[in-house]
Amino acid sequence: MTRVLGAGRGSTVIAVVIVLVLLFPLYWIVNVSLMNQIDILRSPPPFIPPQVSLDGYRAAFAEAGTTLTSSLVYGVGTVIATMTIATPAAYALSRLTTRVTVAFLFVLLLAQTIPGIVMANSLYALFAQLRWLSSYQAVILADTTIAVPFAIIVMRAFMLSIPRELIEAAVIDGAGPWRVFRSIVVPLSRNAVVAAALFAFLFGWGDFLFAVTLNADAHKVPLTVGIYRFVGSYSVAWPSLMALAVIASVPAAILLVAAQRFVATGLTAGAIKE
Amino acid sequence: MFVAIFYLYPIAKNVAMSFQSYTATSFVTGEAPFVGLRNFGRLLNFSDFRSSAINTVIFSVGSLVFQFVIGLGLAVFFQKRFPLNGVLRSLLLLPWLMPVIVSGAIWVRLFDLDHGVVNFALHSIGLVSQPIPWLASAQWALVSVLIANIWIGIPFNLVILHGGLAAIPAELYEAASIDGANAWQRFRYVSWPLLRPVSTVVLVLGVIYTLRVFDVIMSITRGGPGNASQTLNTWGYQLSFSRLDFGLGAAVGDILIVVSMAFGLVYLRSQRRAAEASR
Repeated sequence: MTRVLGAGRGSTVIAVVIVLVLLFPLYWIVNVSLMNQIDILRSPPPFIPPQVSLDGYRAAFAEAGTTLTSSLVYGVGTVIATMTIATPAAYALSRLTTRVTVAFLFVLLLAQTIPGIVMANSLYALFAQLRWLSSYQAVILADTTIAVPFAIIVMRAFMLSIPRELIEAAVIDGAGPWRVFRSIVVPLSRNAVVAAALFAFLFGWGDFLFAVTLNADAHKVPLTVGIYRFVGSYSVAWPSLMALAVIASVPAAILLVAAQRFVATGLTAGAIKE
Repeated sequence: MFVAIFYLYPIAKNVAMSFQSYTATSFVTGEAPFVGLRNFGRLLNFSDFRSSAINTVIFSVGSLVFQFVIGLGLAVFFQKRFPLNGVLRSLLLLPWLMPVIVSGAIWVRLFDLDHGVVNFALHSIGLVSQPIPWLASAQWALVSVLIANIWIGIPFNLVILHGGLAAIPAELYEAASIDGANAWQRFRYVSWPLLRPVSTVVLVLGVIYTLRVFDVIMSITRGGPGNASQTLNTWGYQLSFSRLDFGLGAAVGDILIVVSMAFGLVYLRSQRRAAEASR
């Protein structure tokens, strides 16, 4: 028994090393974000900041003010739009099992494969006609197109497992379809609903393609586009750029810690389950 | 309704645009003359078309092979029981959840000619005597974005393959051990064949994902230097949004639609098989 335990510990050590190697770039973001402008030019590159400096964060927050707000608007907007469309759709698709449903799911899965650049190209033409290119809703709607199929698939897979009897019992008790949906289906599929919403937020928050193509208003530029423009400038202020990168990664880190099981659920269900 | 507007419309619109001379003035005048197949003819005459197409293939195949092999290796390793397994495994998901632009930005720093860790590490172990101009040379730019993309994709492969391995009944391994199979034989004759349906799903999804990759390349090299790391995605973006020749961009988009849809169909078939196999 002790031998087995010993072997287990050895594996833990190896696993920790693997994690350290693979997450090294993330450590490096934090490392550079805490340095000052002089230390980042040292050779060899310092593995811990010789002098911890918060200048990067000060500059980042001073400059990032509006981009941070925009990213939040895109994230939250995508969650609201996606869940409004996808939750009832997932429920409907879990209850009805006709030819139409099968065909619909087929189209939905296929739609997921269309490259974003194709969407951006044609949505640009559409939104230009609608004069929406300086509005939040253009980017939010585009992000929603990416988030909805995934959300439907994850939630539907879960809702399929809700016993039919439960719903029938509620109907006998006089509950209407809306009430069944709200008081039984949604609470019971909470895990899947939370997973879908979390991923919708990450889509909206982390989106770059639609934000860079479908938005022409400088005040509605999100963090991702801000970082992109920053990298492209001639003399990059690395500490503040990396501070921005840390800020942009915060939601992903929080989600991973707070909602670990939902994340794994979402990933697996989205890929394999029918 | 939503599906009709936001999936079918973009595809139809894109296909329509690819047959039109759709430029910046089209948005003002509302006119986009029909030009038949001329956009496609023009595409073929660009030398960039060939190089972008070749880069797309190299990028996709390279990403797939390495993501899958590394992901599978890690998945097999994390099959063992040991303390902190779950925590460490979920930490590895972080690169997958972060905004891709952020990952791109850090790789720009890591690949820096004079102050980057990659060159420092290669120099310290004596692999190179001169620092490699990762991002500035036509020779290395595609390799750089490839490495970054492999790094981003490993967690996904790990999670799905780990799930697939976990679904294989433990008795099969026990039976194999009793029959005297060593670790490699257990992998080769138990895990590998039973993992095949899941592997196919991961690989096909991998193709679909890498065909969509845009942020990684844009944030690290923007397709450059020259067109050295341009793929069909970033090139299509440039045609539409830098040259404002939306018709040409749409023609590139058509090619991407056809290829993605083809793999989409393969995905749906392999997914059905995986679902049947897990039943």
